[in-house]
Amino acid sequence: MRHFTKWSLAAAATVAMMGTSQIAYAAADCKELILGSAISFTGKYSTNGIHAKRGYDIAVKKINETGGVKIGANCYKFSIKYYDDESTPARTAQLLERLIKQDSVKYFLGPYSSATTKAAAPVIEKYKIPMVEAEGASRSLFNKGYRYLFAVLSTSEQYLASSIALAAEIAKKNGKKPGDVKVAMAFEQDPFSLDVRAGVVDDIKKYGLKIVIDDKLPRDLSDMSATLTKVKALKPDLLLISGHSKGAVTAARQIKELNIKTPMIAITHCESGKIVSKFGASTNGFLCPTQWAETLSYKGEAFGSAADYDKLFKATYDGYKTVPYQAAQASAAVLVWKDAFERAGSLDTEKVRDAIAATNMKTFYGGIKFAPAGNNIAKPMVLRQIQNGEYKVVAPAKWASSKIEHPRMVK
Amino acid sequence: MLDNLNLLVFAPYLGVQLLLDGIFIGAIFALAAYGLALVWGVMNVKNLSQGEFVIMGGYFAWYMSTYGIHPMYALPVAIIGMFGFGWVVYKTIISRVVEKDMFTSLLATFGLAIVIQQGLNLAFGPEVQVAESGFPTHTVPIWGGEITIAEIRFYSFLICCVLAGGVVTFMKKSRMGQAIRATAQDVRAAKVMGIDTEKVFAFTYALNAAICGAAGVLISMIWVIQPFYGITHSIRSFVIVTAAGFGNLAGVLMASFGLGVAEQYGGFIFGAELQQATVVGMLLLVLIWRQIQMNRLRQAVQ
Repeated sequence: MRHFTKWSLAAAATVAMMGTSQIAYAAADCKELILGSAISFTGKYSTNGIHAKRGYDIAVKKINETGGVKIGANCYKFSIKYYDDESTPARTAQLLERLIKQDSVKYFLGPYSSATTKAAAPVIEKYKIPMVEAEGASRSLFNKGYRYLFAVLSTSEQYLASSIALAAEIAKKNGKKPGDVKVAMAFEQDPFSLDVRAGVVDDIKKYGLKIVIDDKLPRDLSDMSATLTKVKALKPDLLLISGHSKGAVTAARQIKELNIKTPMIAITHCESGKIVSKFGASTNGFLCPTQWAETLSYKGEAFGSAADYDKLFKATYDGYKTVPYQAAQASAAVLVWKDAFERAGSLDTEKVRDAIAATNMKTFYGGIKFAPAGNNIAKPMVLRQIQNGEYKVVAPAKWASSKIEHPRMVK
Repeated sequence: MLDNLNLLVFAPYLGVQLLLDGIFIGAIFALAAYGLALVWGVMNVKNLSQGEFVIMGGYFAWYMSTYGIHPMYALPVAIIGMFGFGWVVYKTIISRVVEKDMFTSLLATFGLAIVIQQGLNLAFGPEVQVAESGFPTHTVPIWGGEITIAEIRFYSFLICCVLAGGVVTFMKKSRMGQAIRATAQDVRAAKVMGIDTEKVFAFTYALNAAICGAAGVLISMIWVIQPFYGITHSIRSFVIVTAAGFGNLAGVLMASFGLGVAEQYGGFIFGAELQQATVVGMLLLVLIWRQIQMNRLRQAVQ
């Protein structure tokens, strides 16, 4: 008998130790709650796909460490089941079906990119399963009447729109009429950039500015000197460019080479194109929109302030000089799930879906409140200017940490 | 479109800028196109991985620049490295398809292109990369200083001229060059004369890869590179060779400059999205014109 007790005690201790080593932070009485995501680990979206995955993971870890999710009287721990969609939309849709049908996952986080999210949306609608996505900004995701799709990020037509207001404001200050402000635009012909363009055109009409160049850039862009030569001739007051990182890199290189002197230049994807480290001082004065920056004064539960998140992320993952906003918004999506589960007090997908729709929270990533279409309307797009090689928030005024330099300095 | 034409009429210096940019970039197109003409002419292989070789060369420059080495030093490294790569590819793949019909070699080189793209993507990631030369840009002190010449473009132009000159002299003077030209004329006759055609083929293919590598190094300092950007360079090479014919270096050079300039003007007048379409449209016109010419010729013979 004594022998038996000794052995069983030893066995129990071993099991307990194995338990703690495998799930270091799992309290004994918490059940597992699985979120699913098909996201890009390979292919053309892999870099940002991995940023997003790290954003999801760090939020799950944080939530589990700080007591998990309380649904009614029960306690749950998040875990995420991932599949690699190879950056192909068709694969995203297949893998979602697999997650739903074979793995019985009922709650989803989004893939990376608008294209893959577009492929995901019809699948989750079909099975009436909610998805909180953080990486698909195309506005075409939010005009189809999808009921189960929610996005924490600002939609793409807001990316450069605020630069128009800024240009109009500066013109007014300098005693110029808005109609005298000339705008040159060069946008890639892809869903994202066309959305950005639509938002810009709306605002140009609203403020009454004048479009002098409206060029379309090809998908495999590596030369835009023809467009920039036009800019040289027509001397616009504002130059807007959107074509993912290749657009940012090509533009930054050729603006320098062709000695373009436009006083105000706004470009998307400055950070992911790493134009500052590539081209140095010649990029000073460029305006770059961003979803999120660690210098913003946003605050919330779980992570604290934006700066706290920045610090935690850098401590968790090696090799980040700045934390990409793709990671921050991914973390915010997980926070939405926790909040919604706790308010719903149930695991029923319909009840949770309604709870998500009623979300109204403040996070380190900004406010989150969904329009009926599913897009977040509580967080503005921020405009940063490259000043002495650093990104400084200059608009909107409420969050600005620095003053805009206008006209931008040209050597 | 009319607005843009108007601009050219009222500000002729813009035309000069476009012309200069076109000629500078055309010189680099000429390198890759000459390599294709060589392989096509000598071994009748239409190398669809031409653009991928160019991009690989670009990655040499970029990779070395991440270690703080000036990308210009990548030129000899890329030439030697790509020569070796070309040799290995010939021995493992191309030598097996060179005797087969056209479609086999097209398929094989197309497959090779995909493998290279994905390999580069796995090794270096999908980001757009550049190698920064750090050379300044100069303004030409006429027409109000509106014309700019980037030093890197000018140097690239010179390097292209030197490389092209080197290859031509090699073809004319060296034993291997003579052997290559003999093989291009008639493979069987060359064999009978004791030329090791297998070696000639391997050398030609490797030489092509080396030339493309050099072009890639220059491209990475002027434009941008990305694992999947090879295709546009392949298309350009095909357009040039189709228009100029192979075994005709002067023709290849003229076609390359013409294509570079046409791209710039096309982009300016029709908009950047039709820049490539202009080129392909021109190829179509050339082919139609040739067809008409040949028909006339045939009638004259009758």
